[in-house]
Amino acid sequence: MYQWDFGILWSYRWLFLNGLGVTVGFTVVIVVCGLLFGLLGAFGSLSRFAGVRLVALAFIEAFRCTPILVQLIWFYYALPILAGVEMTPITASALALSLYGGSFYSEIIRGGIVSIDSGQSEAGAALGMTPGQTMRRIVLPQAIKRMIPALMNQSIIQFKNTSLVSVLAVPDLVYQSQVAAHDSYRPLETYTAVAVAYAAILIPLTIIVRRGEKRLAVSE
Amino acid sequence: MSETSKIDIRGLRKSFGSNEVLKNISLDVGKGGVVALIGPSGSGKSTLLRCINLLVVPDGGSVRVGDTHFQFGQGTKPPDVKTLAKFRATTGMVFQHFNLFPHMTTLQNVMEGPVTVRRMAKADAEKLARAQLAKVGLAEKADQYPATLSGGQKQRVAIARALAMEPDVMLFDEATSALDPELVGEVLNVMQRLASEGMTMVIVTHEIAFAREVADRVVFMRDGIVVEEGPSRQVIDTPREAATRAFLSHFHRTGALPLANATP
Repeated sequence: MYQWDFGILWSYRWLFLNGLGVTVGFTVVIVVCGLLFGLLGAFGSLSRFAGVRLVALAFIEAFRCTPILVQLIWFYYALPILAGVEMTPITASALALSLYGGSFYSEIIRGGIVSIDSGQSEAGAALGMTPGQTMRRIVLPQAIKRMIPALMNQSIIQFKNTSLVSVLAVPDLVYQSQVAAHDSYRPLETYTAVAVAYAAILIPLTIIVRRGEKRLAVSE
Repeated sequence: MSETSKIDIRGLRKSFGSNEVLKNISLDVGKGGVVALIGPSGSGKSTLLRCINLLVVPDGGSVRVGDTHFQFGQGTKPPDVKTLAKFRATTGMVFQHFNLFPHMTTLQNVMEGPVTVRRMAKADAEKLARAQLAKVGLAEKADQYPATLSGGQKQRVAIARALAMEPDVMLFDEATSALDPELVGEVLNVMQRLASEGMTMVIVTHEIAFAREVADRVVFMRDGIVVEEGPSRQVIDTPREAATRAFLSHFHRTGALPLANATP
């Protein structure tokens, strides 16, 4: 029978906290940037111009249909050779994860927008609104409510996907725990603690969002 | 006639793919006139109505409302979004399914046009919106969301929303078709009052008795053409064309208008 000993992890607390800080900070960056890419992708794929639609679609499918681990490695190792673009591991992984998340956000945002009944845009147009005004005032406020659960879900995946940046030696929580595990010879305790840390952040977050959804639903 | 007319439509054509929905339609509505468009479904009457405020952009012909004139067809450039928006602000439209904005209160629905399109100050827009809501008998519903209203109330809010833009003409697209029978009267009452106040109106409707009573002219359409048109009582009581007679035989043409349960 395995003898658990979590006490040993206490001496690595600063390492873990450091890693956790990097993980959370990284998530904030890739969620914000990902949402920006997502907005661009969504509006691009709904554009009146066929050329813009094609570019947006190419972006979405390129990042949606390839593994994120391959993208990370490709951005860090292949771009310098192919395009002469040198990036630090942090820049490369932030960019790859933002674009990867952005491709999924694009589809969520586009789906939310097209799910709003066309009568809503017609009513806006009949009042004399421009398509931009109709989008901002009428369609988006309704669409965002429908997008929130899916956006939240994708952001949770993004948070956990940050664990992959350890392959580029970005010192996130997983990378630091690898260090701790090798040093302490206690991988079971280390990775169990890491799993608990991820869940401890995500579970309260999901509860907050669920409450928010309920409050939004009241005004429907 | 066209010097005094408010709406002047000439040679209008529209196809959706290979389906020709409007075949060379002309329509004149005088200032303060009320025209009812009747006909079987698929006759093109809703498309014609939507061409008047260019919610549907025609393939050919011309549309004039007030002083604004558009020409369509070969050699013409389709109007840009700004021009379209400016033009539509002068026409009010009421839809079959109300299309109220569900994320806004009744008051906010009615304020939306004046505030966003006409850049009216919020306080002025609120005053205007409350007055319009009072006019359709719903002043006390100002702070409720559309989801809490009955169909008839929703449609009256939609009418108030259109009126808040102070339009030159009002277009009604089967405004009572989605309502429970007992709620039709309250909406027709509001429309009748609007007509008697001198609003220029084009009404797509299946309420033949209402058309006979309230409209000055009735236009009967079938398969994208105007089959018969004339003074409403003449067309409805003594139709000349066989197609009009066949269509009207499905309706009670006379009799009292459905009464509103709660007169606004």
